[in-house]
Amino acid sequence: MFIRSQHGLAHKHVGSLHAPDAEMAINNARDVYTRRNEGVSIWVVKASDIVASSPGDKAPLFEPANSKVYRHPTFFPMPKEVKNM
Amino acid sequence: MSMYAQLVETGVNQLQSRAEMSAEERAFQERVDAGIKIEPKDWMPEDYRKTLIRQISQHAHSEIVGQLPEGNWITRAPTLKRKTILLSKVQDEAGHGLYLYGAAETLGVTRDQLYADLLSGKVKYSSIFNYPTLTWADIGAIGWLVDGAAIMNQIPLCRCSYGPYSRAMIRICKEEAFHMRQGYDIMIALCRDGTPEQKALAQDALNRWWWPSLMMFGPPDAESVHSAQSAQWKIKLFSNDELRQKFIDQTIPQAEYLGIRVPDPELKWNEESGHYDFGKIDWDEFWNVVKGNGPCNRERLRARVQAWEDGAWFREALVAHAEKQSQREAEATKAA
Repeated sequence: MFIRSQHGLAHKHVGSLHAPDAEMAINNARDVYTRRNEGVSIWVVKASDIVASSPGDKAPLFEPANSKVYRHPTFFPMPKEVKNM
Repeated sequence: MSMYAQLVETGVNQLQSRAEMSAEERAFQERVDAGIKIEPKDWMPEDYRKTLIRQISQHAHSEIVGQLPEGNWITRAPTLKRKTILLSKVQDEAGHGLYLYGAAETLGVTRDQLYADLLSGKVKYSSIFNYPTLTWADIGAIGWLVDGAAIMNQIPLCRCSYGPYSRAMIRICKEEAFHMRQGYDIMIALCRDGTPEQKALAQDALNRWWWPSLMMFGPPDAESVHSAQSAQWKIKLFSNDELRQKFIDQTIPQAEYLGIRVPDPELKWNEESGHYDFGKIDWDEFWNVVKGNGPCNRERLRARVQAWEDGAWFREALVAHAEKQSQREAEATKAA
């Protein structure tokens, strides 16, 4: 279950449930996860359709980004005299 | 273990030293120690996985069975306002059960299997729900004391080591705060705004629920054989006795505000320790209820079994409807 909490924000995973079909899944999600106006829309996705990386693979998976510190703006020192950058 | 999941077996009687651990076990324990959440796809010791399944499923069962004592008063709530509030609370409990079954399923069990274990009596739920709700004041006392005690145990679990369990607990704790307050609000109505007869009902409810509420925290630390392992795994963050004392210290001033007294002649503020001293808990009663001999054990389980059996046609109808719909869609696609 993914809930969009406010217009403009991304849907966020909130949990899971059982349902025989998509329509019931939406109805159940409303009852289980939005009893206090937590959302403006719901996505349901079959758990079996989600392909996930393993947290244990974090190191090799994300390693390529580690050496590319220049992707962050703070990599570039700016002279004090230069404003608005 | 304590509370909604009482007496959880860890399968371990003695803590392993670092030297005795395998490389995998050591890496796992280091992650737990560093406060890094364990997620479903991470490697975990088999005993950790099994203990969590027991703990989370007992907790889920407690939420589901916990609907019964309060459900008893939905049709007899004194006003429409109280009735709608109680309905919402009982509906929340069903939701809590679902969040927790969902968390348990990430550990490789099915909800149907967990539920079958509840219905067969193989897995327990919290003993507190084996006591009857005799008057409306019991609904106030349950919200105030039982949900109050549950919050005390569950807030630390929001920081437990297993990601899906901790996330479920965060949702649950937000909702439990409503449960506790609505209960105390009932007690205020009876004790401060009510007639002497209504206040007497509240006192009677406190008399009956006080000791069972203290027992919810589980046996004394000295007798909690599996606590050390659960603490090391960070699926238990405070000891039974610590939480029980905290609950008593928090609750006595609330009872004083209501003008009712807990049924403990030995209860006394201890200036030196900064805590209340309290009388001896009747652990024989606790073990007797755990063994199945509480006032409502049989009735509770019977109600759950009946609900499961009575719902069979509905579950089948949902699946049949879903199959028919997908068949129709397939035919429509073919025709197009």
